[in-house]
Amino acid sequence: MKKDPKIIVFCCNWCSYAGADNAGVAKVQIKPHFRIIRTMCSSRIDPELIIEAFKKGAWGVLVLGCHPGDCHYKNGNYKTLRKVKLLKRMLAQFGIEDDRLRLDWVSSNEGEKFGKVVNKMIDDIEKLGPLDLSYAETEVE
Amino acid sequence: MGKPKVAFYWCASCGGCEEAVIDLAEDILTVVDAVDIVFWPVAMDFKKKDVQAMDDGAIAVSFINGAVRTDEQVEMVELLRKKSGLIVAFGACAHIGGIPGLANFSNSKEILNTLYRDLDTVDNKEGVIPQTRTKVKSGEVTLPRFHDTVKTLDQVIDVDYYLPGCAPPPDLIMGAITAILKGELPTKGSVLAPEKSLCDSCRLNKTKPEKLTMKEIKRPHEIKIDPDLCFLAQGLICLGPATRGGCGERCINANMPCRGCFGPVGNVVDHGAKILSSIASILGMEDEETVPEEEVDKLLDGIVDPGGLFYMYSLPSSLLKRKKLD
Ligand code: SF4
Ligand code: SF4
Ligand code: FES
Repeated sequence: MKKDPKIIVFCCNWCSYAGADNAGVAKVQIKPHFRIIRTMCSSRIDPELIIEAFKKGAWGVLVLGCHPGDCHYKNGNYKTLRKVKLLKRMLAQFGIEDDRLRLDWVSSNEGEKFGKVVNKMIDDIEKLGPLDLSYAETEVE
Repeated sequence: MGKPKVAFYWCASCGGCEEAVIDLAEDILTVVDAVDIVFWPVAMDFKKKDVQAMDDGAIAVSFINGAVRTDEQVEMVELLRKKSGLIVAFGACAHIGGIPGLANFSNSKEILNTLYRDLDTVDNKEGVIPQTRTKVKSGEVTLPRFHDTVKTLDQVIDVDYYLPGCAPPPDLIMGAITAILKGELPTKGSVLAPEKSLCDSCRLNKTKPEKLTMKEIKRPHEIKIDPDLCFLAQGLICLGPATRGGCGERCINANMPCRGCFGPVGNVVDHGAKILSSIASILGMEDEETVPEEEVDKLLDGIVDPGGLFYMYSLPSSLLKRKKLD
């Protein structure tokens, strides 16, 4: 049986989560294969949490924050940018495809954009398939 | 009642942990007086069958160093688990994987081919690679299987306590032995070292600027290191903020940044991800509002091998444990 993709979308409270709300109000059509986790700021998304999401079965992780200059805490999203970029480089060393982790900015009135970014992520990840990490637990001969 | 029986064993390690026991200097005499060493392959002539002949639980405590990466090591640690009351994972490799654990960015085939066939200094025209079974004139000889994945001791057997460090320092070793002899041990599963970070006890911590930023990444061989200024403030990556204290700041005092051999601080699971997070946060923070994205990429280029650096000692105990196997 074909499995549906599972995407974790981390949204900061002030822009991106409001953006997701806006998408709802505007009835933007979005595929259902994602779950939102809301945090106060995108910079709260520790790399450890992203890896944990993968470990727990996420096929892909999308981090969304306020546009540069708009972070509610002034500078959180600049740190998010560097963390995600550096984490992507490190995940490549583990053989994890670049597309599985993505960062974008969505403001509170960008419901359209929210839908577009999430749908694109789901489409791209569906092509990659599930992220099977079981090789770390079993000895392959 | 006889003296408590103690065993020492080594798996995938460099021998430094054995040396650390010898480094107890005259304290080792106190230890030898108080216990009966029943197994210590590196120093004394005991055989596996001597251990097999013991009753289950007969050994009070086994100190096992090294990571686990061959069938033989699995067999031996399973045997020692059965025969011992307590198992102490001794040193970074048994605790979190250690330097041998970096092999988890590779696999057994790659490693054996490189070592026995591809290196420039190898002279092996027939391309002989070690096999688990080889026929020779007099019959068949065997070698333990070399695994794809290096494991920490507690990924193979149940572990009671951990003594961190590459190698564990004498004061922590003596502290552990004394606690065991007196029966004053903390809860099972404890790491027998402080909970706080290395920075907490580092003498350079007071030189760390309030608003710490790194303009760019420097590597230790590229600059003349100032021994009296926090390494992060000099642009050198130091794993101190995410690493458990208790080593006596050995590297710092030798004018080298910490590489994390004590493993993560108490509440952190993934050592590498944690330090990645702190470094990424402070790198280029000063003018982050104006710096274009390409500049950020260039700054990050300064970290040549993030996986190898951030998980230098802890890859097998990380959340991902290893590189994807195909
Ligand atoms: S970052 Fe390194 S040098 Fe600076 S205080 Fe911490 S341990 Fe010491
Ligand atoms: S400074 Fe860091 S790497 Fe050096 S001995 Fe201490 S914990 Fe280990
Ligand atoms: S509050 Fe949205 S990124 Fe910081």
